[in-house]
Amino acid sequence: MLRAITLFLLFQLSGEVLARGFGVRIPGPVLGMVLLFLFLLWRKHVPHDVKSTASNLLRHLSLLFVPAAVGVIQQLDRLANEGLRLTVVLILSVAITMTVSALTLYLLMRHRRNTSEIS
Amino acid sequence: MTSQLVEAWVYLSASPLLWLLATLLAYQCGVWCYQRAGSHPLVNPVAIAALLLITALLLSGTPYSRYFDGAQFVHFLLGPATVALAVPLYQNVSRIRRMLFPLSIALLIGASVGVASGVLLARWLDLSPAAVTSLAPRSVTTPIAMALSESLGGIPPLTATFVIFTGVFGSIMAKPLLAALRIDDPAIQGFALGLSSHGVGTARAFQLSETAGAFAGLAMGLSGMVTAVLMPLLAWVLHIAH
Repeated sequence: MLRAITLFLLFQLSGEVLARGFGVRIPGPVLGMVLLFLFLLWRKHVPHDVKSTASNLLRHLSLLFVPAAVGVIQQLDRLANEGLRLTVVLILSVAITMTVSALTLYLLMRHRRNTSEIS
Repeated sequence: MTSQLVEAWVYLSASPLLWLLATLLAYQCGVWCYQRAGSHPLVNPVAIAALLLITALLLSGTPYSRYFDGAQFVHFLLGPATVALAVPLYQNVSRIRRMLFPLSIALLIGASVGVASGVLLARWLDLSPAAVTSLAPRSVTTPIAMALSESLGGIPPLTATFVIFTGVFGSIMAKPLLAALRIDDPAIQGFALGLSSHGVGTARAFQLSETAGAFAGLAMGLSGMVTAVLMPLLAWVLHIAH
């Protein structure tokens, strides 16, 4: 576990350095994810402890968003005026985005499967 | 006795231990409720934990900054956890390769709809210009969303709040909505969740299956980057004030 955590933090740091060094607006951890992915592609192997630590961390990923969610408390005044309409917008727009994303991917994959079956 | 209790409270409320423990307990309470409710999507552990903690902070008059002194240890783990998303991604690499073209197109469309749907609905309901601008980047992961909000002239902390609500609403509706659309492929389920509801949706996707989680992580990472690149164009098309 220690080795895996060190590896993740190392890639996070590399991501931060890359993001700041080149002034990219992508967060360090997201770049770190890309770098670790490329590293794994190159090594063609995931050590057992890296696999198990990753799956343990990700199993409790929801927990890690709790402190940020509590941060909503700082915006309660701003939300008071338009709260109801904002809720409607947030619910409808996430539903639309999810539906469009899922259907687009589904239709494109089905189309592909059909064309590959014909050829 | 009472003065000793007060003293203990004064000591504990200033130490990070109390709110760190409270965060872990509140979350486990949320998970317990979720399991007791037969994994019903409406009983969302993040929402329950946040409601409990917000109530506790309001009742005890604790400022968020003091809460965060303790909660930051949990918050910090978001970084390495995001990096760790590369592992399930790698395990699904052959499937991702085969789906590369559909994934790219769905990514471009989903990211654009994510921005446009929020802005257009907000205008239709006549929300304030600050709210409209702050809503635009709400589908992507918080750091990118806040940076984009700032560059558009929005209110970054308000955007962070919209990001959280989007993630929680998306997580709650994902299972029934995707079932109604008859999407049963975990790859598509995860991708739609990550694209519409970023990290919180990704966490929800891991509750559905490991494959869904992998594709959600992929969508979350890529949609953040794509939205950042597309935003100037979208802002111009949608006439978002600068």
